[in-house]
Amino acid sequence: MAKKFDLNDEVVVIIGSGAGGGTLGNELAQKGINTVILEAGKRHEISDFENDEWPMFSKISWLDKRTTSGTWRVSQDFPNLPAWIVKAVGGSTVHWAGASLRFQEHEFRTRTVYGKVSGANLLDWPITLSDLAPYYDKAEKKMGTTGTNGIPRLPGNNNYKVLAAGARKMGYKDFHTGNMSINSKPRDGRGSCQQIGFCFQGCKSGAKWSTLYTEIPKGERTGHLEVRSDAQALKIEHDSSGKVTGVLYGDSNGNQYFQKARVVCVAGNSIESPRLLLNSASSMFPNGLANSSGQVGRNYMRHMTASVYAIFENPVHMFRGTTMAGIVKDESRHDPKRGFVGGYEMETLSLGVPFLAAFLNPGDWGRDFSTAMDAYDNMAGMWLVGEDMPQESNAITLHATEKDQFGLPIPNVHFSDHPNDGAMRQHGFKQAKALYESVGAKRVIFTPPYPSTHNLGTNRMSAKAKDGVVNKWGQTHDVKNLFVSDGSQFTTGASENPTLTIVALAIRQADYIARSMSRKEL
Amino acid sequence: MYKPAEPKRRQFFKIATAGTVASAAGGLPMMFVPNAALAEEALGSDTFNTLVKIARDIFPHDRFGDDLYKNAVGVYAEQAKSDEGVRKLIQEGVAQADSIAKSKFNAAYAQVSNERDRVHVLQSIEATPFFKKIRGDLVVSLYNQPAVWAKLGYQGPSAQFGGYINRGFNDQNWMDKL
Repeated sequence: MAKKFDLNDEVVVIIGSGAGGGTLGNELAQKGINTVILEAGKRHEISDFENDEWPMFSKISWLDKRTTSGTWRVSQDFPNLPAWIVKAVGGSTVHWAGASLRFQEHEFRTRTVYGKVSGANLLDWPITLSDLAPYYDKAEKKMGTTGTNGIPRLPGNNNYKVLAAGARKMGYKDFHTGNMSINSKPRDGRGSCQQIGFCFQGCKSGAKWSTLYTEIPKGERTGHLEVRSDAQALKIEHDSSGKVTGVLYGDSNGNQYFQKARVVCVAGNSIESPRLLLNSASSMFPNGLANSSGQVGRNYMRHMTASVYAIFENPVHMFRGTTMAGIVKDESRHDPKRGFVGGYEMETLSLGVPFLAAFLNPGDWGRDFSTAMDAYDNMAGMWLVGEDMPQESNAITLHATEKDQFGLPIPNVHFSDHPNDGAMRQHGFKQAKALYESVGAKRVIFTPPYPSTHNLGTNRMSAKAKDGVVNKWGQTHDVKNLFVSDGSQFTTGASENPTLTIVALAIRQADYIARSMSRKEL
Repeated sequence: MYKPAEPKRRQFFKIATAGTVASAAGGLPMMFVPNAALAEEALGSDTFNTLVKIARDIFPHDRFGDDLYKNAVGVYAEQAKSDEGVRKLIQEGVAQADSIAKSKFNAAYAQVSNERDRVHVLQSIEATPFFKKIRGDLVVSLYNQPAVWAKLGYQGPSAQFGGYINRGFNDQNWMDKL
């Protein structure tokens, strides 16, 4: 396909087209700034989505080889699949569930509020909730988040009705069908939710917000945004003054190109973004581009996660309807009396038979396992999403010997739980079990964390250059015209799903970049 | 605007996971077009039939006919035919299960009448590359069959039927009567 912008045009180059990169690209394009998004994956449109778990997994997942280490169970059960994220235009907004939650005020100040937690690399964000609030407003409006802007919440499916009945019995107060960026009525040229139940496989009705069919086409229509798919960023180059000059990228046919850039924004999700910076090491940046702090790749967080499935006497048909259909927020408070800092959300979750068999209890077999699968239609399920502790040793590093198809070192993802993560998980299991048993569950199954769908923290924001990689604008401390625009910016993970915060940060960063460019500071 | 998907013949498919299939470690399974007859030919009838029995004992569903397990194991057709390493792994793994069954229960694996005894045999080979491969592949090839979904009450693709908004997404009320 003919390039719109020339390789020698000094455009803004964004690496990645997901919640961060896709939003940033459109925001800049709306301001008249010429922007090229390099997306490693292919461009699959809604017509390419299939209501079929394994084929879609194969079609859109990031499956380039990765290795794992650490004591996390993912490393044992899925040694080459640390994360389940998307390699396609739209990034992980293609397969996300739609949960759009704001961080809580204290979650921006965890070092101050939680104090020193031994073994954890806690740090306050260099921004506060009130800095981000106006951008949360814009993000919710942009994405059409239910429960905001007068948008009605979605109706509850059976899985949610079980959760809600249990929440009432438990005395929980803060539960509902969620702040979801899924249209409950037609809005923004997209239809309303048909309760298809294959949110993780791409929304066939377009009701769920995804940059693929919102930000990206809107940006393209301005004439200022070009998205190049099958364009995997390999290296960011810089000049002798330490300014980045452009991005070397390759396609699946073995061709390589160099796109000049006035500004480069890295938004490849939290494994590829630090990997790219590390692979862009040079004599000026021997430990990786923008890595004077040594924090690039470090502080990898994946949220305290786990799932709980419960079997009832009566049918639930949990697969009917949105994959994530409701939430109990009471446990997301910070309440150290429970034995851990930070909190967790309880969100309904459903998997189809194919995925449930693979993930319910990886490695399990025999009647204990098959009787659970036999009860599939009588199952309800929830996913626990909680704040995990940043640890410097949890990190993305370059593999010592293994290389990818471009000859570049592949990433290793090292992760071990912090004791706080474990204590929170046990509490979550206990509460979820009690909730389900209060409404008659006959059997409750604890499911370990899946390959990570929330990947955060590996190029974190910090007030001081020695503590992190980027400043409060997502601008790297070391290189003025280099930015990070995805969830790898997160200083802490909070207990909330990350997408709304990624989008809010991208809108704010676009304002900053545009201002700086017009002042010739960039 | 949503367009209904074309109906298509169900196929297994190959995950493009160059190098990531660590069969011994139970990593992501590879999947191929299932062909029970070809798999039986490639492995030999005794091996194939014992493998089907092993498959049922790994994931025992009393309501599933043998055909579902034969199809699940039938995904080895191409691999068993063209890859000597895989063929040997399976044949030797089955032979080992037979040998343990004979020494403990005086019968070849498929002739051991008590499921608990057969599970006992499988437990003793649980850590072997053969078992890990079979179990890891079966979890996909058994449970990825629409006939299995129907048995378990999973309705599969829904977009072409208009989703579940008018097909019972919130039809249960028992939880509100508690």
